[in-house]
Amino acid sequence: MPRPGAGPAGAEPAADGADAAREQLPADALVDLDEEGKALQISGLLERLDAEFVGLTPVKERVREVAALLLVDRLRARYALSSSRPSLHMCFTGSPGTGKTTMAMHMGELLHELGYLRKGQLVTATRDDLVGQYVGHTAPKTKEVLKRAMGGVLLIDEAYYLYRPDNERDYGQEAIEILLQFMEAHRDDLVVILAGYKDRMDVFFRSNPGMASRIGHHIDFPDFDVGDLMQIAERLLEQEEYRLSPGAAVALREYVGLRMRQPRFAGARSIRNAIDRLRLRQAGRLVAAGGQVSRADLVEITEADVRGSRVFGDGTQPILPARPGEPGLPVYPALLVGPPDQSA
Amino acid sequence: MRITQGTFSYLPDLTAGEIGAQIQYAIDRGWAVAVEFTDDPHPRNVLWEMWGLPMFELSDASAAMHEVTACVQAWPGHYVRVSAYDASLGRQTTALSFIVNRPGHEPGFRLDRAEACDRRISYALHPYAADQPSGERYGHPNGQRG
Repeated sequence: MPRPGAGPAGAEPAADGADAAREQLPADALVDLDEEGKALQISGLLERLDAEFVGLTPVKERVREVAALLLVDRLRARYALSSSRPSLHMCFTGSPGTGKTTMAMHMGELLHELGYLRKGQLVTATRDDLVGQYVGHTAPKTKEVLKRAMGGVLLIDEAYYLYRPDNERDYGQEAIEILLQFMEAHRDDLVVILAGYKDRMDVFFRSNPGMASRIGHHIDFPDFDVGDLMQIAERLLEQEEYRLSPGAAVALREYVGLRMRQPRFAGARSIRNAIDRLRLRQAGRLVAAGGQVSRADLVEITEADVRGSRVFGDGTQPILPARPGEPGLPVYPALLVGPPDQSA
Repeated sequence: MRITQGTFSYLPDLTAGEIGAQIQYAIDRGWAVAVEFTDDPHPRNVLWEMWGLPMFELSDASAAMHEVTACVQAWPGHYVRVSAYDASLGRQTTALSFIVNRPGHEPGFRLDRAEACDRRISYALHPYAADQPSGERYGHPNGQRG
């Protein structure tokens, strides 16, 4: 066990100690922004963000600004100018499947690497984790979650469920009050990210104006366009070690365009589901064909696999599979194993 | 008389930064951290009052430090200690326990001699502080728990 007092005192990150050690600059000196940025490895971080996420320009823009502020603050510190930590609580809104939750998961890591968070761990909470079941149960429950999240990010997914306007004795309001108080008092220790659908989030903020004003960053996630979705599909397939044949790539682009116009389209999530079904159809085709297969056969997804989707139907077939026995049951291609999920 | 219970008690009082670093050490080892307080300095008084529940699954010492500060503020002039439990042995085992706050003046102990049967002499340790009722022992009469 290290002796207390032997090492540097406090749980502050080591970077702070290094800051203090650096000599102060006279007011007329110049510093090199690029060199300082290189030392912090900000550009590498932003490049990785760009590479990992397709689209999401507003989020990337905001992270770039936060990183720039960090850089400027460090330079200001060298001139003995004050620099306080900005409030980093965020609210992510957007349509389903635009990467809100995924981004929130990466945000902890990002802010940790930028030095704004000591640990950068992610604690996910839903209404269940915060709101108690009887009087006096909510406060300890909420506080425990908040304590676990300190040093990192607390992601409250679908935050509007916290507030139930129809029941004034609901304990959700209590959880919101504790949350607000913590967000204000422990700004340096934790970042709260609320994520949810835009319209319902607006209603939530209307009934909790204090919450909206305590969140510094309201970021709206734009919908993905066909190009973005194709990139996402390619990355997912690459991760799963599949390859599209040239015909399948064209068909998939068509598929994405058609699927976007259908109801219940959920952005990248729909693409992920579609890829799962592509794999199912490919497996069904291979098994049905029998005989010997090569590695290439196992990797390749053919045009027929993509065209097997019901999205390519003649438009008369229902989007949802009808219940068995009902008329209008879609005719599945013979290759298909089992009934497809609702949206393909 | 400075009482010496737990780890680090022969060292000068830990600063807030040092306490935080020790708590972080415990958290990094996967130990659950608890804050406890008492105003009975007897060495056999091992079960102190708990300040809230032990904190499980913490990642950062600041959460526990927040509780330590709150406890010291609510119970000034009390002994406050931080305990860390190591659950990896399958039972609750105190892996680390150290005093983080103590009263400004610690009057110490006296030895009471008592004659038992057959003229045998037995001795008892009596904290001078225990002459006062609990809550008024160190010049800080205290109201309700904060």
